[in-house]
Amino acid sequence: MATIDYPLEHPKANEPEFSFSQSLYTWVATVDHKRLGLMYITAALLFLIVAGLMAAVMRMQLAFPNGHVVGPDTYNRLFTMHGTTMVFLVGMPIVAGLSNYLVPLMIGARDMAFPRLNAFGFWIFLFGGLLLYYSYFGGGGLSGDGSAPDVGWFAYAPLTERSFSRGHATDYWALGVLVSGLGSIASAINVIATTLSMRCPGMTLSRMPMFVWVMLVDAWMIVIALPPLSAAQIMLLLDRYLGANFFNTQAGGSAVLWQHLFWIFGHPEVYILIFPAFAILSEVIPVFSRKPLFGRPAMVGAVVAIGFISMGVWAHHMFAVGMSSWSNTFFAASSMLVGVPTGIKIFNWTATMYGGKLRFATPLLFCCGFLLQFLMAGLTGIMLAVAPFDWQLHDSYFVVAHFHFTLVGGLVFGFFAGVYYWFPKAIGAMLNDKLGKWHFWLFCIGFNMTFIPLHWAGMLGMPRRIYTYAPGRGWEAWNLIASIGVIFQAAGILCFIWNVLRSARHGEPAGDDPWDAWTLEWATTSPPPEYNFEKLPVVRSSRPLWDLKHPQDPDWKFE
Amino acid sequence: MAEGHLVAADALSMEREWKLPDRGTIGIIFLIITETSLFTMFVAVYLIYIGKSATGPYPKDVLDIPVLATVCLLSSSLTVVFAEHALKKNELGRFKLWWALTIGLGAYFLFATGMEWRKLIYEDHLTISTNLFGSTFYSLVGLHASHVIVGLTFLSIVLAATLRGFPIQTQLRRVLFLSWYWHFVDAVWVIVFTVVYIIGR
Amino acid sequence: MAEHRVANIFKPLASPAAAEHNIALLTLAITAVIFVVVGVLIVFTIVRFRRRTDDESRQEPAQVYGSNQIEAAWTVIPILIVFVLIGVSARVIASIQNASPPPSTLKITLIGHQWWWEVVYPDYGIVTANEIHVPTSPDGKTATYLRLESMDVIHSFWVPQLAGKTDLIPNRTNYTWIDPRQPGVYIGNCAEYCGTQHANMLLRVIAESPSDFKTWAADQQKPAADNPQVGDAKAAFGSLACVNCHTIKGTPSIGKFGPDLTHLMSRQTLAAGVLTNNAKDLRAWVNDPQQAKPGCFMPSMKLTDKQLDRVVSYLQSLK
Ligand code: HEA
Ligand code: HEA
Ligand code: HEC
Ligand code: CUA
Ligand SMILES: [Cu+2]
Repeated sequence: MATIDYPLEHPKANEPEFSFSQSLYTWVATVDHKRLGLMYITAALLFLIVAGLMAAVMRMQLAFPNGHVVGPDTYNRLFTMHGTTMVFLVGMPIVAGLSNYLVPLMIGARDMAFPRLNAFGFWIFLFGGLLLYYSYFGGGGLSGDGSAPDVGWFAYAPLTERSFSRGHATDYWALGVLVSGLGSIASAINVIATTLSMRCPGMTLSRMPMFVWVMLVDAWMIVIALPPLSAAQIMLLLDRYLGANFFNTQAGGSAVLWQHLFWIFGHPEVYILIFPAFAILSEVIPVFSRKPLFGRPAMVGAVVAIGFISMGVWAHHMFAVGMSSWSNTFFAASSMLVGVPTGIKIFNWTATMYGGKLRFATPLLFCCGFLLQFLMAGLTGIMLAVAPFDWQLHDSYFVVAHFHFTLVGGLVFGFFAGVYYWFPKAIGAMLNDKLGKWHFWLFCIGFNMTFIPLHWAGMLGMPRRIYTYAPGRGWEAWNLIASIGVIFQAAGILCFIWNVLRSARHGEPAGDDPWDAWTLEWATTSPPPEYNFEKLPVVRSSRPLWDLKHPQDPDWKFE
Repeated sequence: MAEGHLVAADALSMEREWKLPDRGTIGIIFLIITETSLFTMFVAVYLIYIGKSATGPYPKDVLDIPVLATVCLLSSSLTVVFAEHALKKNELGRFKLWWALTIGLGAYFLFATGMEWRKLIYEDHLTISTNLFGSTFYSLVGLHASHVIVGLTFLSIVLAATLRGFPIQTQLRRVLFLSWYWHFVDAVWVIVFTVVYIIGR
Repeated sequence: MAEHRVANIFKPLASPAAAEHNIALLTLAITAVIFVVVGVLIVFTIVRFRRRTDDESRQEPAQVYGSNQIEAAWTVIPILIVFVLIGVSARVIASIQNASPPPSTLKITLIGHQWWWEVVYPDYGIVTANEIHVPTSPDGKTATYLRLESMDVIHSFWVPQLAGKTDLIPNRTNYTWIDPRQPGVYIGNCAEYCGTQHANMLLRVIAESPSDFKTWAADQQKPAADNPQVGDAKAAFGSLACVNCHTIKGTPSIGKFGPDLTHLMSRQTLAAGVLTNNAKDLRAWVNDPQQAKPGCFMPSMKLTDKQLDRVVSYLQSLK
């Protein structure tokens, strides 16, 4: 590729001072994968705060029996918007943002395969998100007072049909998510094309960084699994606007059909959400243990296996709808089998740390938090996969606890690890490690304090999605503790926000390679120039910079 | 960095035998994959709802097999291939001819669908809200038709440009992708046809 | 009668719940062991291999790339464990769903409404709401069958100490069965989000000795008590819109939209467990249901105090 004869003047040199409006324009009009990546991440963080605050309100309402913080309608909208936002406007942009920013850098490319499509993807995603939130004003229709959807994040039919959900709230839900889904598909196709056809000389698939591998499989899953959701939402909109009967049970339509369509998307989706965390751990743990990733081929095999098995487990969300005992058994089995490749990943990460010299900077802390919490999350998942056990646990707070362990204890912890790890590359300044540790411990304590007790609430028969409960059912203590935990979580997040804002301005300069890392993104300046690389180190192994730094014993001798 | 230059030289030598698939190809392939996933759902739903309609009209009463339209659409897959070959051999005249023919055939298919819907709606009083058959039929066939429309639009743009004297032969790859998409639309019709007009009746 | 307000799934009192309880214990044991083993491994690694403060040498540790034997080991062992779990699950699923449960003494149809339960005893011609009376089955040799349907959206039957969830789905019929071992009131919640008042859609199963059940059923089969003292109160009620939504057997009021009130006083709670069934709460409810259950489908009838007194006194006569 044309990396070598590229003009070699220093990146900063040709950047004139911009006025605010100009620089704003350069951001809005940009097709640079790095800027788009940062915009995705920023959007995700903002939405995380919004939806997190919603969660805080929900916890206030549930802290005591007969809570009077919000009424039923408000509460139902809160958890619907909280869930929808967290999944589609926090999780998905994290996927798109990380792969946008890092994949080209890691494979030594100048940009994504389709830069303009990339920009389109971001803006359509943002538009979808805003459309969803506009429901707060337009949800009731021109006549009624506006309101957000209150049908839950998986919007089970027939509750979403016109006869049970008047106004336009549900339409905003369907349209907003549908539209932002287009963005996700666009950027997924982009990631696939980039990884398959833009790798720099010498970077064979077997040498591709683990991060890129995981994001490649992730993109593949998005391409396959998102259309079923779009299809379901199109049918729902046809029902609501043209009077079609897909989910109209009066006309013989099936309420279970929606559940199948949704979960055929929904389960792969949860792995789509956790994969960025997998990807991050696979980069951070080796660097901070000073060892190569243990069992690389097995790790690749594991993500691919997860990518396929997870397409065949969806009905484990539907054990209670009265499926035949055969389907119940099948989906219980397939769900448990996913545990095997996931276990392989956990074991290999641990083995990577084993025998290393662990440097406990903030990124590694978050990774360790991930390991233990995700272990717990996965095992509660196995309990849910045991169908008869799930008949008791389904739609109880045990499920809520399970998936917050996966999504917060897993995705969010992994994400923070990634932010602390790559912030220096993206901004050129280090995040403050002391504040980082405060962030970690506060968030870790708060998180466990919130969600461990909820397992018990669930096993004492507390159903989810209830805006209030009567005293004397054995739930008070657990809920109170859970709500107190949120205070610590919020404090942690505040440390993080403060850390980012402050370090961005007066953080200590990072230099090109602050962590003494091994993948290509650390071979260029921080922040990288428009064109990413002046010259590329030759790629002969999965750790090109290791080879550069240790000419005497390079990896490619062993691979 | 001193070794940087050595490395660069090394990279240069490596680059000669460094071949990767073309990004456009990958892009179009995965576009088709994701579209397939979408159609699969609508087809599945159609199959699930066969015979579940609470009220008439039922498929066997109102549907007649669109033989001609199907023949036209499928043969348009051939004509587009001929057009491609012509373009490869740089015979613009024949290219335009075959290309226009493709558009013609596609357009007729659309027209036929339109007439079919007209009959169903005005004579058989089957609308999307009548029963499950209506809902699934119009959505599945409509989804396919919308893809035909998209295909036709692009095909026509190419034709218009060519007639305006735009050097289309420089865009061989894009033309190729367009023809792939068109083949995809045809393939989908084969499925839709089997499901709706053969199994569904 | 013992009221089990704390619905602990680990204190099962009927066969289905018991079966689920057993497999739950097994699963918990297995996963707990895995958690401890793997957790200890991780923590040990973290503690043992943290970079010592004394060693500031830029010396990198030995670069280990992997080991096929180890990979094989931690692939095979989990697979074996999973197969055990699959086998057990398959058996329990079958035992609850397929295996022929004890013969039924009673068939009940449970119909979900937003946000209350209609309870129908086809063989007895009884219609009531929100409280299911069933005979106990001390030896577990008989059972009560529930036929689950829904009038509007999806609801879910869940009485943790008796049986796990089965959904009530419109345009679909599900079945479940319970055989409570001891008399008692078992509390459950609607376990599928069904709209505004999903939170206040409680369900009570009242298990009583077969003889007590017989007497209860006999009372329920009678038409509404016709107490002469409340004759004018009855007239007042009949003159109101209540009759459009509520049925009171043996009177002109034959509404089907709301719960059957024929034997209202035989119930412990009002409006699906939101209020206890006493004069005060009943009056408050009739006066303005939206107070106790905002968003529920019974409107406030804007009754004058006088009307209220009469209506309530009439309702209280519905023993
Ligand atoms: C990041 C997201 C994420 C992830 C990774 C997972 C992972 C898993 N989930 Fe979870 N899940 C959700 C997000 C996620 N889940 C969400 C959001 C919901 C609720 C949706 C809603 O209703 O709103 C849900 C709900 C849910 C249900 C439905 C519950 C119900 O509603 O009744 C089930 C049931 O089977 C389930 C199972 C599993 C399983 C088996 C895994 C497995 O992948 C876990 C595998 C991991 C391990 C097992 C641990 C590590 C393995 C080892 C240490 C090896 C040894 C282990 C064994 C031999 C078992 N999940
Ligand atoms: C990525 C996914 C994700 C994440 C991160 C979270 C994070 C949290 N979630 Fe939730 N949650 C879901 C996904 C997620 N959730 C989903 C999918 C559902 C299901 C919805 C449904 O049923 O339909 C759900 C449902 C759900 C429920 C169940 C509601 C119900 O069933 O009735 C609850 C209740 O406790 C809850 C709580 C929380 C809490 C306390 C956090 C905390 O971790 C949040 C911590 C963050 C904060 C507290 C924000 C603090 C920010 C600040 C303080 C910054 C200050 C502001 C400025 C400086 C501007 N979530
Ligand atoms: C528009 C229909 C409607 C009208 C009119 C109506 N109700 Fe109701 N009623 C309902 C519904 C629906 C419920 C169930 C509410 C719930 O639990 O969510 C109900 C519940 C009740 C209950 C509690 C029943 C139980 O088993 O818990 C009582 C008592 C009652 N209504 C009395 C009355 C009286 C008295 C009037 C007239 C003054 C009246 N209702 C008018 C619809 C109606
Ligand atoms: Cu009925 Cu929830
Ligand atoms: Cu799942």
